[in-house]
This record gives sequence, C-alpha cells and structure tokens, in this order.
Amino acid sequence: MSHDSTAALSYLQEPKGLKSWLLTVDHKRIGIMYLCAIMFFFFVGGALAVILRTELLRPERILMDADTYNQFFTLHGAIMIFLFIIPSIPAALGNFLLPLMVGAKDVAFPRLNLASWYVYVFGALFCLYSIISGAVDTGWTFYAPYSTTTSTSVISMTLGVFILGFSSIFTGLNFIVTIHKLRMPGMTWFKMPLMVWGLYATAIIQVLATPVLAITLVLLIMERLMGVGIFDPAMGGDPVLFQHFFWFYSHPAVYIMILPGMGIISEVISTFSHRKIFGYKAIAYSSLGIAFVSFLVWGHHMFTSGQSEIAAMIFSFLTFFVGIPSGIKVFNWVTTLYKGSISLETPMIYALMFLFLFMIGGFTGIMLGALALDVHLHDTYFVVAHFHYVMMGGTVMAFLAGIHYWWPKMFGKMYSERWAKVVAVIIFVGFNMTFFTQFILGAKGMPRRYYTYLDQYQPLHGFSSVGAWVLGAGFMIMAVYFIASFWSKRKVGDNPWGALTAEWETSSPPPQHNFLTDPVFKHGPYDYDKIAVVGDYYKQSGGTKMAEKI
Amino acid sequence: MTTHSEEHKTHILPLSLYLNVGAALLTLTVLTVVVARMDLGVWNAILAMVIAVSKASLVALFFMHLKYDNKLYAVVFVGSLAFLGLFIILSMADTETRGDLDPIRENPIVREAIIYRDSTRFTNGHETSELDTAGAATDSADVVSDSTATHSTDSQTPDGH
Ligand SMILES: [Cu+2]
Repeated sequence: MSHDSTAALSYLQEPKGLKSWLLTVDHKRIGIMYLCAIMFFFFVGGALAVILRTELLRPERILMDADTYNQFFTLHGAIMIFLFIIPSIPAALGNFLLPLMVGAKDVAFPRLNLASWYVYVFGALFCLYSIISGAVDTGWTFYAPYSTTTSTSVISMTLGVFILGFSSIFTGLNFIVTIHKLRMPGMTWFKMPLMVWGLYATAIIQVLATPVLAITLVLLIMERLMGVGIFDPAMGGDPVLFQHFFWFYSHPAVYIMILPGMGIISEVISTFSHRKIFGYKAIAYSSLGIAFVSFLVWGHHMFTSGQSEIAAMIFSFLTFFVGIPSGIKVFNWVTTLYKGSISLETPMIYALMFLFLFMIGGFTGIMLGALALDVHLHDTYFVVAHFHYVMMGGTVMAFLAGIHYWWPKMFGKMYSERWAKVVAVIIFVGFNMTFFTQFILGAKGMPRRYYTYLDQYQPLHGFSSVGAWVLGAGFMIMAVYFIASFWSKRKVGDNPWGALTAEWETSSPPPQHNFLTDPVFKHGPYDYDKIAVVGDYYKQSGGTKMAEKI
Repeated sequence: MTTHSEEHKTHILPLSLYLNVGAALLTLTVLTVVVARMDLGVWNAILAMVIAVSKASLVALFFMHLKYDNKLYAVVFVGSLAFLGLFIILSMADTETRGDLDPIRENPIVREAIIYRDSTRFTNGHETSELDTAGAATDSADVVSDSTATHSTDSQTPDGH
C-alpha cells in the first residue's frame, strides 16, 4: 500500500542551501522552522521556570530580588503562552501534517504561510527587545490599571504579542481554506482524520478571537501613550473592561492550545490500540462544540474582579458546559482503548499520561468554575496547578505524543525508544511532584505570584522545586536523544506504526511535493477493523509478535 | 475571489435593481431623520437601530452580492456579527447589573476609610467628593491632558519607555 519512493529525494535534501530554506514555501519546511523556533522558546521559558522554582525553594532570597522575580514569572508566562504553546501544535506539527493528512501538495496559501513565520519571528524580536529594555512585571495577563502605570516596558511586549497574533490568524485562515478546498478526491468531511477536525476547530478560534486580543493590546498601548482613559475610572473608564476584553480572547485561546492536542490524542490512541476510533462523529462534533462554548465562559476568570454577581452566575453556569464535550472526548478515547490491542510505544505512553493529567486538570477546572469555591481558591497556587495540569499535562503531553509519533515521518530517523520511555517516566514523576504539590499549597491558601511566603509552606514549596528539577532533567535528556537520532543508522519505513492516515503512505521523510502520485481516498483513517497493517517498526523488532496480536 | 466564479456567471444584476436599492437606502435615510425628530422614548434608539440594520443588510445583500454568493459567505458574515453581539451582550451582563444583588458592592470603596483620607487616588474626574483636595482635578481639560495627575500618588507615569 505504500509507494516505493526510495528513489525520490526528500524535502530535507532538495533544494539545497540556506536560502532555499529561508525563502521556502513548502509547508513541511515552514513547519520545521516553526518547530525550531518554538523549541528555542520552550527552552527559554522552561529555564525561567526552573530558575523561579529554585528561588522559591526557601522563603528568603536565593537567586534574585523581588522585582526580578516579578519580571521572570511574567516572562515565563508570556513566552510559554504566546511564543510556545499557541503556535506549538498548529503552526509546527499542524503545518507539517495537515496537507499530508488531507492528501494535498501544500496549504492553500503557501506564501501567506511563510509570511506567518516571519511575522512570528518579527513579533518574537519585539518580545526579546522588551526583555533587554527593562522587561515586564505585570504577569502575562497585562491587567490594567497596573499595566498602564508600571515603568517596565509594557509597550514593546504588548506590541510583540499584537504582531504574534497576526501570525496566528494567518495560520488559522490558511488551515480553514486548506481543509475546505484541498482535500483529496473522496475524502468527505466525516472521512477526515480527527487531527484535522481538531485543527479546523482551532483555526476557527484563531480567526475569530485573536483580533479581540489585538484590539485589547492596542487600547492598552493607547492608554499608556495617550491616556485615552478607557480602562481608567478617573476618566469614566473601567479596569474590569480590560479583563472582559482580555479573556474574550484568552479563554478561547486555551482551546487554541488544547484542541489540536486532542486531535493528536485521537490519532495516537487509535493507532496504538489498533482499533477503530470509537464515536468518530461525537469526537469531531465535540471539537466544534468546545470551540463554540469557549466563547461563552470568559467571565469565570473574573469572579473576584468586581464583576456583577449576576454576570458571575451566568458565566459560572455556562462554564460547566465545557465539561460536556470534553467528557465526550475522554469517554470515547477510553472506549477505543477497551478491548483494543494496545502496544505501549512512547507516543502511546504520552497519550495515556495526557488522559490521566488532563482529567485532573479538567476536574479542578470545574471546581474553579464553581463560584463559592473560586472565591477561596482564586489567585492561589491551586489555579497555577490547575492550568499547568491542563496546559502542560494536557497540551504539552499531547505535543510530546505527537512529536514522538511523527518524528520518523518528519526526519526519517528513529530516536532511542528505550531512552524515550525512561524519560517519559521521569517527566511524569517530575510533573506530578511539581504541580500536584501546588494543589495542596493553593488549598492551604498560598497566593500565586508571591516572591516569598510563610515558613509553614516551605516543605511543600521545596518539594515542588525539586520536582521542577526532575522535570527539567527529563527534558534535557529528551533533547539529547532527539538530536542523537539524526546519527541513527536504523532505517524507518514509510509506516513505522502501522497507521492508516494518509501521511503514512508517502515516504519518510516525504518528497518535496508530498506524494509522487496524486493520492486518492482508499480507506478511512481508522479502518483497523477492515485492514491490518504491520508497522515497519514492529517488522524490525520482533514483528511476528505484533502480527500475531493483530 | 476567483472561487466565486461558478456562482457568479448567471448573476450580472440589472441596473434597475441597483437603482431601486439605492432609492430604498435614500428613503430609509429620510426615515431616520424623521424618526429622530419625534420623541418616542426608548423606541427612538430601537427604531434607529432597526433602520440602520436594514440599510446595512441591503448593502451587503445586493451591492456586495452576498445574496447571490455561496451561502457559506453569508454564514461567515452573520457569524462574525453574532460573535461581536455575544461579546457585547455578555460584557453588558456585567456592567449593567453591578450591585443589583448586593448593593454594598455597587460602591465598594468606603470613602471615609482611613486609608483614603489623604489620597486623591479614587476621586472621579466628574464627581467632586469630600476628599477633593488640592490635586484632584475637576477640570476636565486637565484630566485629558494628563490622566496621571488624578490617577496615582506614587509618581508612576505611563511613559512609553
Ligand atoms: Cu477560562
């Protein structure tokens, strides 16, 4: 079923030269360029996190003073959100995979795609400039009135985020048109891989919500430069309005982060259970459902902001609806696992970690959406733990599942499975040490974003900091085995895992225009009940065992 | 916009239709002026909005060809307006109902509290309070030119940096 395409040069080999990369319109190369950029910022944001946790080891000063601490946690948040996690799955993995998965030669607007990368880099430069010219100490949320009065360089940072927003809109627009117009013959909407549904829902949010963030940041800049007064009560403005503006984008943005991750999980769980995904349509519709509900709940970030009680009740009520489509997805994944023929390769391990950690993140989200409880937990470490369980335990674990899953497709190389599994365990342990501890800290009343704390919190803070070091060590080893994989002599076939989506039908890595012959839709993305493929990975390492299982 | 071409080829609209729509727009403009001169209470605003929406719809449907295009474009167009409406309505669910259930929270700042005694920080530009000491600007021109004068006592200025 796979083409014999060993003779063709891959997209990595031709055309040659730095210029051919910098001016490429190939979605795969742009995806790789995005991957390099976001991994750089993931490293920076992660290093900041480890430094912050080290400072919090004890209540007294260890590495930095309080002002520097404020700047560091702001940078950690802003970098991780705007420069890493928002572009991570859509712009890096999505760019690489979407055309392959729908059987297209490229995205609909290849030049716009390249432009989005340069816009991203341009925006990132503004953020870096902000860091060297005094940094920002407002937190990544830039709340007025503090952000309009602090002497740190808020304008260059918000301008950077404003520019990054355009990069995100370009990507979203490109994906929507690609999915509508460039699917291969025979691939109807309900025959698309669920990853594509996830990217589609994400793209809708990117296009609808990001402009509101742009407006918010422009208003903030105008407020600082010209004192227009929209957020200033002294001039008839309303600082709570800033929070409405900000969260109208930033709550849906949480789903920009998690929805494509859920798409990855659907792919990985089905592939490694060797079983047709359960409830395909339910998962596809729930992606759109989440995208829609995400626009109705932003006020749950503002229960203690002075928002009216009636609005708070409406937002609390609506927030619980998020649980429905999320629950639908989780139950369908679990049902797919049931009686599946599960093989525990690294991508699957991360997918199972996702299920476990995302559930904890989701349930604590429901707790925080309950009005009375939130008044106690608001602005404590409980919230910090909650969103790290969703964003890191959810999105980052899905991203890791995806990158391990598609690494052989992207580079034609295989990493060391043994090391990858060891690291998966290290990351799981380190993650829970760091963040489960913070649920306890928060429930006991430890406020977030504080430089110091009462002595009674020290043991838990210390434990959490050690967890961060474990986590950091795990990621360092991961970087080593990924880089080492480039020297691996081991051949990976076109379809190492025996999956049925279209990207596995071309060579690994794919040729410049993805497919040597125009692909036609032959079988559904999850037809494991009809077709049994033994992955090349299993053929090499005791494939007979796997063949028996199937 | 090349993708429209299939739907477009049968729809070169007659000039008379454009003129009729133009006439309708002018009539509605006159109607807006007439209605604005009558005192109808809250209905003034509602009628003005209804007329404005119908005019905008006419422009979008005929001049911008939304009526004859792929229906997806209409969905996108109306959808974006619906989301804007959502944003405004849910935000107003907050701003218009503050203090409705808990009157104390309508005015949470107790101006007599000791910490505000010698502070001008919370005085409004348009409201003279008992705290209105020397610095608190009631002169609105002053407020516009330098918002920070009334805003903070700790000399943080919103410079561009
Ligand atoms: Cu939220």
